[in-house]
Amino acid sequence: MAMSREEIFSRVKETLVEALGVDEDEVVGDATLTGDLGAESIDFLDIVFRLEKAFNIKIPRGELFPENILNNPSFVNDKKLTDSGLAELRKRMAHADLTEFEKNPEVDRIAELFTVDAIVRYIESKTA
Amino acid sequence: MRWIWIDRFVKFVPGKSAQAVKNVSLAEEHLHDHFPGYPVMPASLIIEGVAQTAGLLICHASNFDEKVVLAKVSRVEFEGIALPGDVLLYSVELETINEQFAVAAAEVSIISPHSNNGNDQPRHLASMELMFSHLDHNQAGRKFPDGNFILTDAVSSLLREILPNGGEKSTDNSSG
Repeated sequence: MAMSREEIFSRVKETLVEALGVDEDEVVGDATLTGDLGAESIDFLDIVFRLEKAFNIKIPRGELFPENILNNPSFVNDKKLTDSGLAELRKRMAHADLTEFEKNPEVDRIAELFTVDAIVRYIESKTA
Repeated sequence: MRWIWIDRFVKFVPGKSAQAVKNVSLAEEHLHDHFPGYPVMPASLIIEGVAQTAGLLICHASNFDEKVVLAKVSRVEFEGIALPGDVLLYSVELETINEQFAVAAAEVSIISPHSNNGNDQPRHLASMELMFSHLDHNQAGRKFPDGNFILTDAVSSLLREILPNGGEKSTDNSSG
């Protein structure tokens, strides 16, 4: 039986508290992993690993946190994502809310897409 | 000063677990600064010793082909301090190892020898969880020098005592 969104959220929260050493009340839906919760690159690996254990699922590399977009010259121009870069991101990150990002797709803002809600939506799609 | 914070392996089960001993000595320079008049083994160096114990276990698991670095101290709790004359025992268990990283859980116990029949049974001192990165798989194509920078003479001597082939990199894959 599929888990409810609340159950998923609470387990994601628990995972992030353990992985990032943050307080429970910091882990809100729109909190960004790097900006608000202080995650560094190694933490993303750690988070994926802990989510796999917590939900008993397999998360293929690059599926939750896409890789190889920013280092592809056809996807980036003048520190912004090109149209094809955005299309690729949309395809690869169905679990993220790109509405705000699309208005100004600067490479530096891509970290803002990695939110607690994005993880919850991703897990929902995996456990549905 | 040589950056080796374990003195001897006392157990080495390839791919699974290891135990190493560290003797705390007043001959170690840093103890005279940490703290003047009150030497205490820095907790950070206890973590380093545990990381070396686990790191070599992880290096050995890939036959020293991977470049292994401590990437994250996920959790650490200390219950006390270690003083000159104390013996520390680092026990690590490998929880996960894959292409990208490895996770190890560790317990530190301490033996404090006393002259007056004091309690010199091992006591629990600390526990921690450490995460290691396999560098070549995690730096987005950034290149590191070929060859392993970990297997120095001193490290080889540590492994030589505990492993049948002396920690030499074997040419077949039987130990990988």
